[in-house]
Amino acid sequence: MSQNPKARAAEVARVSYGKLLAVLAKQTRDIALAEDALAEAFTRALETWPHEGTPEKPEAWLLTTARNKMRDQFKSAAHQTSVSLDDIEPVMNDLDPHNIPDERLQLLFVCAHPAIDENIRTPLMLQTVLGLEAAQIASAFLVPSTAMAQRLVRAKKKIKAAHIPFIVPEKSQMSARLEAVLEAIYGAFSIEINDTDSNPNDNEDLGLEALYLADLLVELLPNEAEVLGLAALLNYAASRRINSEHFTPLKEQNPATWNTPRAERADNLLARAKEHNKLGRFQIEAAIQSVHSQRRFSGTTDWVAIVQLYEGLLHLAPTIGAVVAQASAIGEAHNAKAGLARLGQIDPKTIENHQTAWATRAHLLAEAGDNKNARTAFDKAISLTSNTKVRAYLEARLALIQTSN
Amino acid sequence: MRYTFLLYSDQKNTPDQTPEQMQKSLKTFGAYIGALKEAGVFVDTDWLQPTETATTISMVGGKKRVQDGPFADTKEQLGGYFVVEVTDLDAALAWAEKCPGAYYGNVEVRPSAMPEGQK
Repeated sequence: MSQNPKARAAEVARVSYGKLLAVLAKQTRDIALAEDALAEAFTRALETWPHEGTPEKPEAWLLTTARNKMRDQFKSAAHQTSVSLDDIEPVMNDLDPHNIPDERLQLLFVCAHPAIDENIRTPLMLQTVLGLEAAQIASAFLVPSTAMAQRLVRAKKKIKAAHIPFIVPEKSQMSARLEAVLEAIYGAFSIEINDTDSNPNDNEDLGLEALYLADLLVELLPNEAEVLGLAALLNYAASRRINSEHFTPLKEQNPATWNTPRAERADNLLARAKEHNKLGRFQIEAAIQSVHSQRRFSGTTDWVAIVQLYEGLLHLAPTIGAVVAQASAIGEAHNAKAGLARLGQIDPKTIENHQTAWATRAHLLAEAGDNKNARTAFDKAISLTSNTKVRAYLEARLALIQTSN
Repeated sequence: MRYTFLLYSDQKNTPDQTPEQMQKSLKTFGAYIGALKEAGVFVDTDWLQPTETATTISMVGGKKRVQDGPFADTKEQLGGYFVVEVTDLDAALAWAEKCPGAYYGNVEVRPSAMPEGQK
């Protein structure tokens, strides 16, 4: 725990932001209003804590300050709202700042509500649960910051106006609703990483935020197989997150550089998931990563098992990305020609601009000795990537076969 | 919270109904209305004549314009509506998915903007 009030405020923000926002927004469903009040509370904290010292219970201090701010806004005649002060007074008074309930699960279900546009669910979670700025989210999603801000405002308006409830869905609705929450968290993870076999060693993506959300969901719903599966998947990915200037494909990585506690946590989560006997897409994706992770002990990779796991994944959740990854695994398990044959089964039109498909094709062609076509494929793969490290890696691979036939 | 369900459908899908089909439709919708009433959420409903019978009027700019036909001539047309009073969007959506109109067209669910005292 940090003693520096500024650092302490930042620390509290990271851990408590979503918790405080969920509590403040729940009754009125007015997320924007709660965000304003909470932002004000954090600003006041930064002003007063350095002089008066950090309060003993920073969360309680922030909640009380934000709550007073909200009450002021409700009292001001200028504030036009369909919710009256009478509606929020009970929650204002009943809330015990020293015993703040955790309603982040409700907030996650609101963000991934079926009435909210699929494309804005992930940004909404990142902003409301983790307190990320619209500009940060926009840069990760490669959209203009104003456009992202507008979409977020629109979604929050809808939550308030349409009365989307802050509740945990009942059992009969649970699996479909939970899937949307998991998809949205996975969305944050997969933004930069289109290929599950590539190494997320880029610090600019949202991988760590996704990991935080997945681990949080395990805390909130510890007995859902797919929740455990997604957290296992993201922990495996995080275990291989290295701060490096270079991109290193998974099979060339040295397992000694991996984060062992993270990998062990992932192993443990996947084992817990399996106990529920409810197989799902995220558990299979985690199982694939678990096979890779076994290289810590065995020194080798069971590519045949990986090919089979992708077959299972394609049954449950067919995606082009999974076929491409399977083709790559077939190239390892059998030979490059077999991998190319698997790639050939995909309708070429659907992968015309699929970066990973072109990179995979390039590697397989080079391995099969067809350098001429491999060069064309590398060129195409390079032209499709916006990741500078991946680009440098591909260019180096291309240089190796530049002069040969 | 008050919500209005707007029932849109392609009128070509429901050509002149035979008396038997009409009876069946009335029965299906009747059962739905009964269920809404029984749950205590029913406020209002109407079933509209085809858009050929519509007249559109506008006073924008202080000038009266009367047009024969619907405001927007689209494939899917507003054919009727329901008004329900429920707690939140989840409850509204749960009723909307039971609406017979959702089985041959689209049901748009819109929250009311009317201030509490004026309903």
